[in-house]
Amino acid sequence: MQIDLRTVSIQPLRQTFDHLARRFGDKPASRYQEGSYDIQAAENLHYKPTWDPDQELYDAKITKIVMQDWYALKDPRQFYYSTYTLARARQQDATESNFSFVESRGLADMLPPAVRETALKLLVPLRHAAWGANQNNTLICGYGYSTIFTQPCMYHAMDNLGIAQYLSRLGLLLGDTEALDDAKAAWLEGSAWQPLRRYVEDTLVLRDPFEAFVAQNVALDGLLYPLVYARIVDDTLSAQGGSAVAMLTQFMTDWFDETRKWVDAVLKVAAAESDNNRAVLQDWIRAWSTRAASALLPVVEIALGAQADDAVGEQLADFRARIQKTGITL
Amino acid sequence: MDMKVAKKKLGLKEKYRLMTRDLGWEPTYRAKDEVFPYVNYEGIKVHDWDKWEDPFRLTMDSYWKYQAEKERKFYAIIDAHAQNNGHLNITDARYLSALKIFLQAISPGEYAAHKGFARVGREFPGVGTQVACQMQAIDEIRHAQTQIHALSNYNKYYDGFHAFADARDRIWYTSVARSFFDDAMSAGPFEFMIAIGFSFEYVLTNLLFVPFMSGAAYNGDMATVTFGFSAQSDEARHMTLGLECIKFMLEQDPDNLPIVQGWLDKWFWRGFRVLGLVSTMMDYMLPKRVMSWREAWEIYGVENGGALFKDLARYGIRPPKGWDDAEKAIDHMSHQFMLGLYQWSFGTSFHSWIPSDEDMDWLSAKYPTTFDKYYRPRWDHIRKLAAAGTPFKNFGLAKLCQTCQLPVVFTEPDDATMSCHRETEYKGEKYHFCSDGCQHIFDNEPEKYVQAWLPMPSLFQELNGDIGAWMNWVGLRDGEDNGDFVGSRDQRNFDQWRGMATSNL
Repeated sequence: MQIDLRTVSIQPLRQTFDHLARRFGDKPASRYQEGSYDIQAAENLHYKPTWDPDQELYDAKITKIVMQDWYALKDPRQFYYSTYTLARARQQDATESNFSFVESRGLADMLPPAVRETALKLLVPLRHAAWGANQNNTLICGYGYSTIFTQPCMYHAMDNLGIAQYLSRLGLLLGDTEALDDAKAAWLEGSAWQPLRRYVEDTLVLRDPFEAFVAQNVALDGLLYPLVYARIVDDTLSAQGGSAVAMLTQFMTDWFDETRKWVDAVLKVAAAESDNNRAVLQDWIRAWSTRAASALLPVVEIALGAQADDAVGEQLADFRARIQKTGITL
Repeated sequence: MDMKVAKKKLGLKEKYRLMTRDLGWEPTYRAKDEVFPYVNYEGIKVHDWDKWEDPFRLTMDSYWKYQAEKERKFYAIIDAHAQNNGHLNITDARYLSALKIFLQAISPGEYAAHKGFARVGREFPGVGTQVACQMQAIDEIRHAQTQIHALSNYNKYYDGFHAFADARDRIWYTSVARSFFDDAMSAGPFEFMIAIGFSFEYVLTNLLFVPFMSGAAYNGDMATVTFGFSAQSDEARHMTLGLECIKFMLEQDPDNLPIVQGWLDKWFWRGFRVLGLVSTMMDYMLPKRVMSWREAWEIYGVENGGALFKDLARYGIRPPKGWDDAEKAIDHMSHQFMLGLYQWSFGTSFHSWIPSDEDMDWLSAKYPTTFDKYYRPRWDHIRKLAAAGTPFKNFGLAKLCQTCQLPVVFTEPDDATMSCHRETEYKGEKYHFCSDGCQHIFDNEPEKYVQAWLPMPSLFQELNGDIGAWMNWVGLRDGEDNGDFVGSRDQRNFDQWRGMATSNL
């Protein structure tokens, strides 16, 4: 039986704010809409930045991508601070259980030595690559135009930091502080890591926020995550008795599946906007993904040896197919 | 199976170091200047970023966990508030003017702080500093969004909230706060930290936040007070970051002292002017008052600020230059400002009103040396005009200060009968100021402040003085959003709805 409580009913004067009514009509707005559309200052900016007087304080022209309305770059997850934080808190909870499961049952000590060594050599230096990703996404958030486009980049930057921290914990769990020291030395000096470090440092000097988005979130992470976490950890290492490692990196696997939907949506809308945008994106993605693939090859070799070449080649083909779906042909 | 090796026990500090600072490295394929291009031009010298003391040690997993708990509580309460017509529990609809000003002028500032902290979170070459700034960046978007969400329900029932995004960029009084945040964001990363991280978040935040949130609590506004409680622990983190930042700059090199002192002088005065809006709220806009602006200044300005500057004296820092002038202005500013708001109320997206006898008695008691002498006679005069059916309205354009953008309505620090007005001539143009503080700020960086967008002149230039067109442009609906509270739609609706909720009529 249903009982309807009686409440005092009064008629609202309006359903939403003017700027949302102009976009969506006078109907109740979602919290994503309220927290994201038109909340960045747009007009009558007072002063030019002293750090670069050629720019406006919020400047859509610092990228080669041109959008009639930057608020078209919607996040299909509709993340605003609250939904983002709740989603990550749930994943954090699962990750925490995974870490304590591995720890409490001594699974780290039961790993075959070769698997443990591969995991340490391959995964722990990646925490520095994740820090590079944090830098790039923080930059896109800081200098990109429109909250719809930039707020997910701040969330992404914090995720990148979280991933770098999970990888550090993995290093401490499988190999103690020496593992972190060794990984840093490898990142700085090891020959397998230099092409990737060079790639990351080259992205750190980009000042076009959209190119940084492509170089980091589309090209590098679009190849790195499926190669390292799906192919190597979940498939190869698990088959060698390393399921415990896969438990420790589950966050990264789930995270990539979730965030690529957002990355693809951004590409799709930006490419559909104009032929110019499509051509710019095509050039950027082609150049950066080719470089990313060759930078990742020696890293993948750490785990796959002679099969690395095929693995990277297959992944690149998958990547092209994925990008094709966004309307960009490579 | 090899033997189990005991792991090293890591202290919290060491563990945090490994989880954050150790992630960074010195670039070798690219020059450091290319990666961090903006960190040198302000002249601040940093010799060792490792000397940075992390003000708090929060890894992302704990951040997500703690923040999610707060988010769940916050949205549960504002959902209930909306569902149960919580807006009818406020003391009186006059209270809403404070909320309207907050949404139009302060929430956009939270968003600007979000962008600004994202920028400095990328530009500083120290990982510890970057991570702390990034966490503040994501917190600040939280604050902007939770404020909009908390006030969204009020917008459905009351006027003056609906065009906050248009008002932010176009209406005259929001440019006081907008120009403040634009000023900070157009500065270099170190000045930004002194402006927002230290002056605003540390020195002045209590004068904004505590009175505002206590005002909400006193006046039955569950939505806003919930936001306030929810933001409190974030604010505590931001304050420790601001303090660490100034200490770090001062400890790194003695040459930094004069630069930092100059910024403190500037940003104290900039912030003090923005707080003029808060003073009117405390003294005039709260139906149930928390404390007077004077009392708040005594606690949060004189006592807390005094202790802080005593603490910083060991670095050679002295209290900000405008401190004495601020003290002299305290007993006048809310009255002068509210008189201004009342006479220009045709152009505000909130209501103002003539204080009642009871209000004026309270003001006399709180301002024994100034209210009866200077301001009661003016309110009495205004009241007589209103009673005669010829309310006092000023459709003339206020002269705005080129720096703080407030109308030039204040008096000389040492003579409350003389209006204070300063002028500087720069490259053949005359610029007007409300005070010595604002004139000094201009004189130090004239190239910056000549760029300021002044909303009043543009009303004339772009709209030929057509007030109706101007109202459309700023999203102000004449006869609904503006004018005297007495007789307003907000007053009528609130009284009627409250009657429905509390009686059988």
